[in-house]
Amino acid sequence: MRYAMAIDTNKCVGCGDCVVACQTENNVPHGYCRDWIVESVDGTYPSLSLEFRSERCNHCDNSPCVRCCPTGASHIEEGGIVTVTHNKCIGCGACIESCPYDARYSHPDGYVDKCTFCLHRVQKGQKPACVEVCPTKCLHFGDLDDPNSDVSLAIKDRKWKVLAPEAGTDPQLYFLT
Amino acid sequence: MKEELFVSGRNIPNIDPYLNIWHWQIPLYLFLGGLAAGILFFAGFYTVRGKANQMPATVKLAPILAPIALVLGLFALFLDLKHKLFFWQLYTTIRLESPMGWGSWTLMIITPLSFIWVASYMKELIPGWNWKFNILERFEALVIKYRVALAWVMMIYAIILGVYTGILLSAFNARPLWNTSILGPLFLVSGFSTGLATIIWISKDAKERKKLSRIDLVFIFVELFLIVHLFMGFKAGSQTAIEAANLFLGGPFTVSFWVFVVILGLVFPAVLETLELWGYHVPKWLPPVMILIGGLMFRFIIVEAGQITRYLY
Amino acid sequence: MKTRRDFIKISTAGAGAAALSFKAFGSEGFSLFGSKSDGPVSDEDLTPYATYCEVCFWKCAGWAYVDKSGRIRKVIGNQDDPHCNGRLCPRGTGGVGMVYDEDRLKTPLIRETRSDGSQYFREASWEEALDKVANKMKEVKEKHGPEAFGLFNHGTPGAMLEHLLRAYGSESNAEPAFANCRGPRSSAFYSTYGAYVGSPENTDIRDTKCLVLIGSHIGENMHNSQVQEMSEAIDNGATIITVDPRLSTAAAHSQYWLPIKPATDIALIMAWINVLVNEGLYNKEYVEKYTFGLDYLKDHVKTMTPEWAYGITTIEPEMIRRTARAMASAAPAVVVHPGRHVVWYGDDTQRSRALAILAALLGSWGKRGGFYFPEGVSVPKFPHPHYPEPEWTWKDWNDGKFPLATMGITTELLKASIPGYNYKHQVKAWLVAGTNLPLSMPDKPLFKEAAASVEFIAVMDTMPMDITGYADVVLPEATYLERYDAIRSAPNREPNIALRMPAIKPMYDSKPGWWIAKQIGERLGLHDYFNYNDYSEVIDWQLKQLGTSLEEMKKVGVKKYPRKSGPLYLGDGEDFTFNTNTGKIELYSTDFADHGFDPMPKFTKHPEPPQNFYRLIYGRAPMHTFSRTSNNHNLWDLMSENSVWVNPKVADLWQLKKGQEVWLKNQDGHVTSFPVKVRVTERIRWDSVYMVHGFGHNNKKLSRTFGRGASDTEMITNVVVDPIMGGTGMRGNFITFLTEEPALEGKEDKA
Repeated sequence: MRYAMAIDTNKCVGCGDCVVACQTENNVPHGYCRDWIVESVDGTYPSLSLEFRSERCNHCDNSPCVRCCPTGASHIEEGGIVTVTHNKCIGCGACIESCPYDARYSHPDGYVDKCTFCLHRVQKGQKPACVEVCPTKCLHFGDLDDPNSDVSLAIKDRKWKVLAPEAGTDPQLYFLT
Repeated sequence: MKEELFVSGRNIPNIDPYLNIWHWQIPLYLFLGGLAAGILFFAGFYTVRGKANQMPATVKLAPILAPIALVLGLFALFLDLKHKLFFWQLYTTIRLESPMGWGSWTLMIITPLSFIWVASYMKELIPGWNWKFNILERFEALVIKYRVALAWVMMIYAIILGVYTGILLSAFNARPLWNTSILGPLFLVSGFSTGLATIIWISKDAKERKKLSRIDLVFIFVELFLIVHLFMGFKAGSQTAIEAANLFLGGPFTVSFWVFVVILGLVFPAVLETLELWGYHVPKWLPPVMILIGGLMFRFIIVEAGQITRYLY
Repeated sequence: MKTRRDFIKISTAGAGAAALSFKAFGSEGFSLFGSKSDGPVSDEDLTPYATYCEVCFWKCAGWAYVDKSGRIRKVIGNQDDPHCNGRLCPRGTGGVGMVYDEDRLKTPLIRETRSDGSQYFREASWEEALDKVANKMKEVKEKHGPEAFGLFNHGTPGAMLEHLLRAYGSESNAEPAFANCRGPRSSAFYSTYGAYVGSPENTDIRDTKCLVLIGSHIGENMHNSQVQEMSEAIDNGATIITVDPRLSTAAAHSQYWLPIKPATDIALIMAWINVLVNEGLYNKEYVEKYTFGLDYLKDHVKTMTPEWAYGITTIEPEMIRRTARAMASAAPAVVVHPGRHVVWYGDDTQRSRALAILAALLGSWGKRGGFYFPEGVSVPKFPHPHYPEPEWTWKDWNDGKFPLATMGITTELLKASIPGYNYKHQVKAWLVAGTNLPLSMPDKPLFKEAAASVEFIAVMDTMPMDITGYADVVLPEATYLERYDAIRSAPNREPNIALRMPAIKPMYDSKPGWWIAKQIGERLGLHDYFNYNDYSEVIDWQLKQLGTSLEEMKKVGVKKYPRKSGPLYLGDGEDFTFNTNTGKIELYSTDFADHGFDPMPKFTKHPEPPQNFYRLIYGRAPMHTFSRTSNNHNLWDLMSENSVWVNPKVADLWQLKKGQEVWLKNQDGHVTSFPVKVRVTERIRWDSVYMVHGFGHNNKKLSRTFGRGASDTEMITNVVVDPIMGGTGMRGNFITFLTEEPALEGKEDKA
């Protein structure tokens, strides 16, 4: 099993709904966020391209944050979901330094926090809160090993890219272009 | 024009706009670790070579500073932890892939060794010292008997510690400035150099100081060589590596790095030490203090600048 | 004597200074004792309460999930609701931030004057505040007649007060939603099709093959089901044509982006019409059967060629032809979007008419993928006596100056409030609910004069919006998640109703709008109009008339009904009579001709920015609803201030840097109260700047949003009034940059 997410940049309008939904679902403290929107503009008026990307932890296959964790608090759950056990985390910040996506932050309570792909929902067969809420349905989540999963179907006939592939982390967010 | 920006208001404390999760604690910790590693290495080195008595400051006196530096360093590390009450989790597991875990275990071993080392010289340093308990006296005798073996272990761990202070950073692929294998040797050499500087400062023996100064000069030259090598590597690298180097080549860290670290922290003390070796009178404290300040600044600059470098946006 | 009403920015006397931020001592530094805040709660441990959203006018139905401690954790869309299909937009999702905003109005406030003449708000009991409003209403009724009591309203809370005022005898109400927003399209579509596009608009984007957006920013406006349907249209491979001087989000997702020169849209639309007519691409059968005035139109557009339009719009003739042909080849499945905020240049009803005509030529009204025939559920009125007949209403303020206005015009209500305008009927006091006039109305000087002229202002709101600073009495309303409200029934593909019930008890001393209206009504002896103890009785009665009950609705939230009015679309060759003078779609508007307006749209040239000035274009951000959400913590997290978008060429000229703070000054010398950060971006033309509307709040009680960003409304002092329906054209304002803080003179409300 390999959970992954595909983000259709042809449909995303950058509304930030995924960010608020994550905030309310996971009780993320104000001023922090586990997902975010990047707007990328290229060209000169009027020959322009514009892309919105809903970004979050890439739940990398080769996750530097898990490797560098001195206590094993950062670990990989079933399906490749990278999470942090709060009571094992000492808040040393090494994993934050190690993440090329800056997807982790130090929670005001001390431990390091990040996107969990809404593990608590996924374990019950629900989709992550951001995916469920997205008005444009531009987020697709599921098991890459299952050819009929939402995410497998979404990336099947489409061009996609991942972010910072040169960082060598084997990220699992697929941006459909 | 290319424009990339967060449009969901992302502004996480210590993460945005630039990563700044490690403040003064980590560079201080790295500095003190390197310093202690240097002191302990040379204490071990001259013990193994049987020159403990010709090099009293190196083998007996300066090592008193090592456990102090290590404890202060560990305390700085502790201050850096944001979930402090869980620090003991460090020692519930051994994670070979984690430099942070590696370092904490190394310190767990070398810190007691440094205490034992110092303790074994207590009687020589303070006449009339008495351990009060028999078991301690017996233990002391045992240590003194196997001092050379202890010296070997200490040397090995000192190298591990010295390299570790660099590897802690260089293991982070995500920070292009840090992600170079030169950082390990560079921090090792720099740490040993600060250790030597400390001993030189303490030592009252002209011969000992002369000997150490010569070694220090070698270390400084190696360090300078590694720094040049570091930037050549970056400039020949990917866009992110070039951007990392540019922070120091015209960017915001240019003056602080080249003036304070390289010129005042390496070149200038090297010149002074050379002059001193040639017999000119140089204030005894000046070169070591410059090296120490340079070494400290070096770590502060590398930690801060490294956090600015990134792959995205 | 004219009352001098100071804008009160501070809180109740003295209280503000004492409030020391708890956060300063918060957990950050002292996190020794492990995790304190709780993580996610699974849905089974939460209780859902039916609601529909009040963060914007789309009113999506959803569920408020309340945890065991009685806290609303999240709001999730109702799967059965056609407004949202189970997916709320960011504002709806962040609606919970409206409830837990610590800046909320907590108790009734009454304006007091100190011996030194300065004014402040005193906390008051409901009893006292309601008495005060009721007594004033009695006084106005005796002195000037009930009609002199005006109402500015928006959304569901406004409707409660509208009922109160109608019962009291006044129909002097106006909402910014008409004259400051979508009025022109209402009048235009009504005169063309004899029908309104309504809200949600009856655009069949879901099934369209071609979506044409002119100044409509789907994706930046989060008109939920439309955003969803545009996304579906993208999936379906629909052609999207976006006309916008700015690379909008929709433009970025379009096959054709026409970067038009601002203020020239009518020329482009008429050129499109010209191409359809000249190349015979219009839907001949449809036009023949259902429309009136094709020959007039053909003659009218003869000279309006793409080449002619090129000189005006800067859009290449070939591009105009190509896009016109793309529409024709998709016809009738083309949505020519009527837009929503369409008050731009004062000829907006004509521009909306041009769009309506274009849609008619494509044969898309009443066709799949064009405009469907919506149907709503008619909710029976809870029994009450007839409203008294007012001697005059909003229609009479201006002696029929705007004959085709279908609702009260806000700026006219302001003018009717100022004796100097000598209106035949004058307004002496206001109720305001659900609208933040200082930020929603153009021409702030006019607003301020009107506010200073009236004898009394009562404001009902949940937040200390800028408007509350002008009030004599402030009535703290419970938020939508804490109250019952009128049943939502908006026309849609499937008739449907939605319930709003309280998820939690009102926080602080806030009260639901219905309660406030009823309490005032009782004091005025209008009990018969408020013959219930709790609004749930009204809803239950209505629901029972509709064959359901409050109990059932609490479980389902949304209920759909079968259509009674016939199919969604016109059948092939089906006879249909439109509700117009001619019974047909009027390409040539007989209504307009009768009233002396151009029966067919013409392009008129509008002023261009003078040297060193740039046209101010304003718009929406998807995470905010105008100025009402900017203090909402969840949404503030997403966007805490606006910026002014400046083309890199302009930035070079002015040496403006990204993130630099500038003040804006408009053509009339008005300067923004606050500085705004520059965003240097290629997304905007070099002759214009762009700002998101709704920032630059001036009330310190809005602790998060106060002074963040600048208010575009402050820069809109030149209002070009649409002679047809009184719309307030706001895009004829030009700004320049001040890189240093200007002297206090000329700045508004700098205390």
